Amino acid sequence: MTFSINGEKFDSEPRAGQSLRTFIRDQKHFEVKKGCDTGDCGACSVLVDGTPVHSCVYPAFRAAGKDVTTAAGLGMPGYLSAVQQRFVDHAAFQCGFCTAGMVVTASTFDDEDLAELPRLLKGNLCRCTGYRAIHEAIDHVHTDSCGVELEPGAEAPKSRTTPVIKTGPRASVGTSVTAPASERVVSGQEPFTLDIAIPGLLHLVVLKSPHAHARITAIDTRRASALPGVHAVLTHEHSPDTLFSTARHESRLDDPDDTLVLDSVVRFRGQRVAAVVAESVGIAEAAARLIEIDYEVLPAVFDPHLSTLDGAPSIHGDKNGTTSRIVDPQRNLVAELHGEYGDVAAGLAGAAHTITGTWQTQRVAHTHLETHATIGWIDEDERLVLRTSSQVPFLVQTEICRLFDRDPSTVRVFTARVGGGFGGKQEILTEDLVSLAVLTTGRAVQYEFTREDEFTLSPTRHPMEVQVTLGADAGGLLTAMKVELLSDTGAYGNHGPGTMYHSCSESVSLYNVPNKRVDARCVYTNNVPSGAFRGYGLGQVIFAIESALDELARSVGVDPFELRRLNSVTPSDPLIVTHVEGDDLILGGYGLDQCIDLAEQALARGNSTVAPAGPEWRVGRGMASSMIATMPPRGHFSEVTVTADADGAYTVGVGTAEFGNGTTTVHTQLAASALSTSPSRIRVRQSDTDAARYDTGAFGSAGTVVAGKAVLAAAESLARDLRQLAAERTQTAPDAWTLDDGVLVSAEHRLSIAELVGPDGLTATANEDGARRSIAFNVHAFRVAVNTRTGEVLILQSVQTADAGFMLNPAQLRGQIEGGVAQAIGTALYEEVINDGEGTVLTTVLRNYHIPQISDLPVTEVYFADTHDPLGPFGAKSMSEAPYNPVAPALANAITDAIGRRPMELPMSRDRIWRLLQD
Amino acid sequence: MDLNTVNRVIPARSRADLGELGEGAVPLAGGSVLFAEPNPSIHTLIDLQTLGWEPFVISDDGLEVAATATLTQLSTLPDDRGWRAHPLFYQCCTALFGSFKVWNVATVGGNICTALPAGPMTSLFSALDAEALIWRADGSDVRIPVSELVTGNTTTSLNSGDVLRSLHVAARSLGSATAYRKIALSAIGRSGAVVIGRFDPVDESFVLTVSAATVRPEQLRFAGLPTASELRTAIEGIGTWFTDAHGAADWRLAVSVVLGEEIRLELTGAAR
Repeated sequence: MTFSINGEKFDSEPRAGQSLRTFIRDQKHFEVKKGCDTGDCGACSVLVDGTPVHSCVYPAFRAAGKDVTTAAGLGMPGYLSAVQQRFVDHAAFQCGFCTAGMVVTASTFDDEDLAELPRLLKGNLCRCTGYRAIHEAIDHVHTDSCGVELEPGAEAPKSRTTPVIKTGPRASVGTSVTAPASERVVSGQEPFTLDIAIPGLLHLVVLKSPHAHARITAIDTRRASALPGVHAVLTHEHSPDTLFSTARHESRLDDPDDTLVLDSVVRFRGQRVAAVVAESVGIAEAAARLIEIDYEVLPAVFDPHLSTLDGAPSIHGDKNGTTSRIVDPQRNLVAELHGEYGDVAAGLAGAAHTITGTWQTQRVAHTHLETHATIGWIDEDERLVLRTSSQVPFLVQTEICRLFDRDPSTVRVFTARVGGGFGGKQEILTEDLVSLAVLTTGRAVQYEFTREDEFTLSPTRHPMEVQVTLGADAGGLLTAMKVELLSDTGAYGNHGPGTMYHSCSESVSLYNVPNKRVDARCVYTNNVPSGAFRGYGLGQVIFAIESALDELARSVGVDPFELRRLNSVTPSDPLIVTHVEGDDLILGGYGLDQCIDLAEQALARGNSTVAPAGPEWRVGRGMASSMIATMPPRGHFSEVTVTADADGAYTVGVGTAEFGNGTTTVHTQLAASALSTSPSRIRVRQSDTDAARYDTGAFGSAGTVVAGKAVLAAAESLARDLRQLAAERTQTAPDAWTLDDGVLVSAEHRLSIAELVGPDGLTATANEDGARRSIAFNVHAFRVAVNTRTGEVLILQSVQTADAGFMLNPAQLRGQIEGGVAQAIGTALYEEVINDGEGTVLTTVLRNYHIPQISDLPVTEVYFADTHDPLGPFGAKSMSEAPYNPVAPALANAITDAIGRRPMELPMSRDRIWRLLQD
Repeated sequence: MDLNTVNRVIPARSRADLGELGEGAVPLAGGSVLFAEPNPSIHTLIDLQTLGWEPFVISDDGLEVAATATLTQLSTLPDDRGWRAHPLFYQCCTALFGSFKVWNVATVGGNICTALPAGPMTSLFSALDAEALIWRADGSDVRIPVSELVTGNTTTSLNSGDVLRSLHVAARSLGSATAYRKIALSAIGRSGAVVIGRFDPVDESFVLTVSAATVRPEQLRFAGLPTASELRTAIEGIGTWFTDAHGAADWRLAVSVVLGEEIRLELTGAAR
């Protein structure tokens, strides 16, 4: 059939059941993305003869004779359409995976539509931004970070963010430089993981376990293998027998070795049993249906309370606890922590007020819009190459080498732009199978998760049950804090131990309490595995502790802000969980006091939003604090090069990945500042084991404070080397020279840097080891109205204050905070991966797992403490996980204030709030 | 998503072409449901859009809506006939979980035949007491109330090979006063309850249609406007509340009572 894309004619036949989305991608128009493949997220939006549709649910054959318009048809880099330019100008994307579909949709709006944006944008989901910037880009109104809509040119009331500015002039740290990829992102031209055409590409499809716990007794792949177009059928018989962990950390010893690429025992419903590699997804699916398997169904356990009891099935009973690093494989105990500081019994005995309660958090899905995916091939140097959607390419490389017994020089791992991560891509979920398939077939192989795979196979946030007991004197001064934690890691250990330890760290050490006790356990069940999620366990325990503190404030009769002032650590206090924390942690550039003050003032000031009329609406206020170390413990490494190139530009080689965190922008700014040049002269080669020597990875909020610090140091070193070189050439002193946008200038001379360095360029290297860590604080406050008849929670005012240190890029920083708040509001009010209690996930499509739409989110007022970190580059702190953590408890506390009943579990959905009010 | 087992699309040009329907051969309308879930048993799609059915036929009898009319067409149906119930068409379209881009392709008939509890076209045409015209596989025609066509969560009274041809809304229904309420677990999320009241000024009868909260549409009929307690008692007598990701059964009952009372008050005003 004939049809056109952006005016270009095509003559091509779709398959009978093909969707327009994949058909357009077959024509190498990769600007249509797959977020859900069910018509829910809008990442694949296109116009068909001017009518906007979700191309994933549009039959391809219906495009015959029609004109299809994608984001690229609206405008391209250099000549963007007005709406695309506004998305650039307002920094209206982070990972950018939703953006092409978002601008296509927005391109159809007229002025009358602007009043209906909540409805018109409900089919365009953004997981990163929280929508404020998108809303601004569409209706072109600037909302200041204090939440006030500004007329053009009007002065912002008391705010420290700056408008977004274009890359070009000599702008660098401290200004809101746009992301270098902006123009490509808004036109769909920035490639993500699968946005590449590889001739002869094979596709991998996985056969999944129908049982929660079973042993494979026989597997017959003959019929599957015989299907034309099938290149390999892989089962546990082909799997390396090396145990590993899907979780990745700087030290692989952090995570339990309990996983095989393909195992003869399956431990959760949906676990991979076999993989088919074939010439198309359709053939692979058909072959997978032909695999015959006999299972011996084993007893299973789904309740974490029951899994460590006598008689429960041992899920990893075949493992050696010592070599796999599992505390007690027979009893399903992965990790535990028991410790006491002072004497909690005594602290409670003497307390005038005692608060105790048990809080429960749910499974949350990261819902990064780009699903997990890897393409692997053998390159001309016979190396195994993996192009993958990962936060940790270097850690993937080392573990793939270990699994397949290869030297690191024979494996290259890299990422294109990554479509969101939130911790979900600090995990090997596709790379191992693709490696096995490529090494078996010698061909290029692609494995792409479906959205259903994301919900049913990929790890969720750990559900945790947290019991907190607080004791305080008559004035509210804490005398005892006891935390008891049960974390369900599911069928595999991966991030279970790490999140368990972290969950009880800064949540507990934030408060000065003379007597503390922590008893934490992380246990196996036959549920879908849990994994790393923004905040890494901390948010679950912060939800409990900050809720308990709110109860304490009520009991004592003291204002909750005041209670925090009374009990929070100050720079002169030690950080204590069950003992004084290591001296790698410093309370540098302390900003908690300012955060508390700013939040309290904003809440007192209020805003113009009033509660709906009617006796059923009750209004309440609440707040919560959080503290987080600015990077993970025990070292986080980055080795960076900055090169002055022969063409007069600079190339930064850095290992960390861009997945919406904005680190590429920040690294560009840092290098531009150190080299006194414009950001447009900086190229960043990143997240590629070929492009940089090493980087632990983009997790633990390390992109700015580790990799960024190394970029700054390398750029500064290069600047010194260039001055030295100029001095040597001219027999002058290095101090006589300054860099100035591509040239070196002294009182007498002016040298072109390109000429100075010659054809080979000049490279400087720097390392950062993350040996010393700092602390950042966030406070969130809400005013809400609750409908006592329906359980509806309306957010009337949302305020977050952040101790972010120096603001390297204020607009991006604000965006990170807004995005963290948005994701946390999703966790607090809406999101839940529902499980039937027997290991089957019921929420398998996006429409049944509600991530916030534009209509669900308020504009959050964002205020920054005026602090300067002694460790971070230019005094900056990390601020990517942090803003998520205080939101759920602040909301719970506000709801409690409104209705006089306390929500004890997440999400605080309307039906749960309504039920709270019934007895 | 790609339907990789489909190897044939038959563009239907006449009723005879529907004879191909059967095991693995299913009707395709907008595609927004069929292409949104894997179903490896399907090998053939029979395209209904090529039948070229007029979306709307208006007569003194009322309104006949073709099953293949899109939600966009329904939502923009001109308000030039003085139908009191006219706002309900747009209101019910907004209850679709899918975006306005889904409205551009999703059809009235597809939504009803999918028979999800939260299907807003089921809510709409049940509330209007519309009759569905079914083209039976044996060539016969039958008209049944929409509220009886949907029999449960994703089940209908259609047999294999049957096709929903159109929905007939009687003039009397179009002249009724209606009130619409929807609630979800989020501001405009997938419906937890869609409750619609219809007051017929001719005989002053009142019918409340509860949907999305129950596995199939439930209708409560009153000879005149009920009192608050009569209505509440009737709603509480419904037995088909259900729990899923979009709300718990007990909450769905409770909010249906709240919304039902709001509707009763609104239509009491309209009746005066």
